[in-house]
Amino acid sequence: MTKLTGAQMIWECLTLEGVEVVFGYPGGAILPTYDAMLGYKIHHVLVRHEQGATHMADGYARASGKVGVAIATSGPGATNMVTGIATAMMDSVPIVCITGQVGSKAIGSDAFQETDVTGVTLPITKHNYLVTRTEDIPRAIKEAFFIARSGRQGPVLVDITKDAQQGSAEFVWEHGPVRLPGYRPDLRTLPGELERALQLINNAERPLILAGHGIISAGARAQVLEFAERAQVPIATTLLGIGGIPASHGLNLGMMGMHGEAYVNSAIQQADLLLAFGMRFDDRVTGNLKTYAVNARKIHIDIDSSELNKNVRVDVGLVGDLRDVLQELLPGVQSADHSAWLDHIDSMKGDVAVRDIQSLPDTGHLYAAHVINDIWRLTNGNAIVVTDVGQHQMWEAQYYKHDHERTLITSGGLGTMGFALPAAIGAKFACPDREVWVVAGDGGFQMTMAELATIKQEKIKLNIAIINNFYLGMVRQWQEFFYEKRYAATPLLGPDFVKLAEAFGLRGMRIKQRAELQGLVEEARADSGTVVIDFQVEQEDSVFPMVPAGADLDKMIRRPARDVMIETGADPDEWELGA
Amino acid sequence: MAHTLIAYVEDKPGVLNRVASLFRRRAFNIVSLTVGRTEQAGVSRMTIVVDTDGPGARRAEANLYKLVNVLRVDDVTNKPAVVRELVLVKVGVTAEQRTAVLQLVNVFRARVVDISAEAMITEITGSQDKVESFIETMRAFHIISVARTGLIAMVRGGSKISANPPLVAAQLPEDGAAEGTSELSMSV
Ligand SMILES: Cc1ncc(C[n+]2csc(CCOP(=O)(O)OP(=O)(O)O)c2C)c(N)n1
Ligand SMILES: [Mg+2]
Repeated sequence: MTKLTGAQMIWECLTLEGVEVVFGYPGGAILPTYDAMLGYKIHHVLVRHEQGATHMADGYARASGKVGVAIATSGPGATNMVTGIATAMMDSVPIVCITGQVGSKAIGSDAFQETDVTGVTLPITKHNYLVTRTEDIPRAIKEAFFIARSGRQGPVLVDITKDAQQGSAEFVWEHGPVRLPGYRPDLRTLPGELERALQLINNAERPLILAGHGIISAGARAQVLEFAERAQVPIATTLLGIGGIPASHGLNLGMMGMHGEAYVNSAIQQADLLLAFGMRFDDRVTGNLKTYAVNARKIHIDIDSSELNKNVRVDVGLVGDLRDVLQELLPGVQSADHSAWLDHIDSMKGDVAVRDIQSLPDTGHLYAAHVINDIWRLTNGNAIVVTDVGQHQMWEAQYYKHDHERTLITSGGLGTMGFALPAAIGAKFACPDREVWVVAGDGGFQMTMAELATIKQEKIKLNIAIINNFYLGMVRQWQEFFYEKRYAATPLLGPDFVKLAEAFGLRGMRIKQRAELQGLVEEARADSGTVVIDFQVEQEDSVFPMVPAGADLDKMIRRPARDVMIETGADPDEWELGA
Repeated sequence: MAHTLIAYVEDKPGVLNRVASLFRRRAFNIVSLTVGRTEQAGVSRMTIVVDTDGPGARRAEANLYKLVNVLRVDDVTNKPAVVRELVLVKVGVTAEQRTAVLQLVNVFRARVVDISAEAMITEITGSQDKVESFIETMRAFHIISVARTGLIAMVRGGSKISANPPLVAAQLPEDGAAEGTSELSMSV
């Protein structure tokens, strides 16, 4: 039997788990592991901040469906990971974080760079481990990968003491399934519930599917489409559900919720049956719960039984992997004709075009909506787009039409600014042959822009669009709407992004007029290296429609209709409340 | 209303912390929590009394099942179960009061476990009602200190409960109106 050091075991385990790339940053407590790395084929990406490592692992996982891996040292290295771990937790993304820990004898002594990392990350991981003995390493890592990718996916952290990395032991890798007596990723509902669900489905007159992230995680696109097409049920998606079913599909209405189209939210309020597929009724999609879809019976399918009846009371709850549950439901789903309902929804779409910035005559000004829409057009909708958090994120969701799964990567649940750039690096490693775009605000970009150096060092090609409105735009919008335009701490002076890119050895471009857009975007795409494009857009544009937080879902602030807007701009007095 | 949950958990470091942290994080108020080993090696048993309604108890149960180290959860609130708590009450007594205390102790089927010149320690085991009213009654004297173990519970009858059943049906409340908050967060 071969003896390995704990450090070697870590790489051996990662290799056995099929890991090809890890994102990390070294330090004292993880040094033995870094030393052992040189003997293995796994590619290590040196990040510039450990938050970046976790977002890269996250972007890698979202783009590939595989588990992403991040590595850091003890203390500050591990605490820098907290934001990325919480981001992955909220969006159910499978990542494994490996952190070094001080020697097991020193634990509890406030040793140099000692932090109780399993304690700190307890509420933001699906599970975590503190490993103090070399021989326990393989099992902990194997379990970590299994837990991260099974059931409702999520982040798992393995904290390994320095002496466990340095010690030697026989390497035992248990092939076959992991046995964890208390872990039940495959809870199922009793069969009778399926019957009750079918009763409701086959008798509904105004059914609507609410499609969430679960469609993508479960790979249930085909089942959802078969269901929707056979029973003629329109589909609204959550932010993270975008791409789960093609945007161009005739039954796909688009995004629901705070910045969803008004007719989508109205359809939810008018439906008589909501079919929630792998979504969790987050407050950003329900608005006021007391008035939320009061006319509708509700069927909720989710892999996590604790989600059922958490925010919204449901009539039937089905627990399980979405694809499996739909497969069981499908034989009982009858063909139906809901043309009256579909026509009605269609008629509500009417005024969208009137209020849509895209249908405005081109005044030469650059609006973020133009930028996103043009990027969508020029990339034929085939790019992977990784967004940051803010107005630009919502415009991306509204104007980039995603037909393919795993092509919109965005921090939904936590809304983590600084996510886009590192997550895009991870996505590019997952899909090296795909065109990857970063769509970030000038604020969020500045939070993690040091990762431009990682891009340069790794020689990867990204297209980076900074939607530069010189504001923390989404917060400014809230101040405009709800705080009488008192712009406290939202005007934002950034660096010269072109020079910044050049300082990192990358190419930079700047666009202020719409006329320049197509040419420069094409040039950026054609460049074999990463290009940073500073899109200087209309500074005080707002994202419409908007359901104010906690308001009724169909009481939306609408973009003023076309003629009003051209003359006066977005004047608050012109806002209309109502569907 | 108080709900009594029994959780069988793996006897590993940190598991108590995971369970307690879950209740804190989901904003449940724990009334009492006891933990101890069971007849099975490696399995501990927790009795958790939590102040919540039916749907809340169901949510607590579903969340407990998500913890990797939790093997089984039973809500015994409405099941025939023996529920017990042990309480020590130390009272300061004068020589003249001793007989009165002893009489009360007899009535409640409690015991005197220690006597010193100016104090007595009494011990009572029983349902929550019983121990509560014992403590109330003892207030007639000068109570120096009270120590309570928290409740432990066991379902009646002879059927064997596996600490780790192979199949767990996901539970849904029949009347589980989730009381959503309408005061939503105003964060961006
Ligand atoms: C780490 C973090 N801090 C603060 C916020 C609150 N926040 C949400 S959107 C936003 C403004 C984002 O500004 P910018 O990146 O320029 O994007 P824009 O909204 O202008 O498109 C802020 C500060 C957040 N979501 N994340
Ligand atoms: Mg901005």
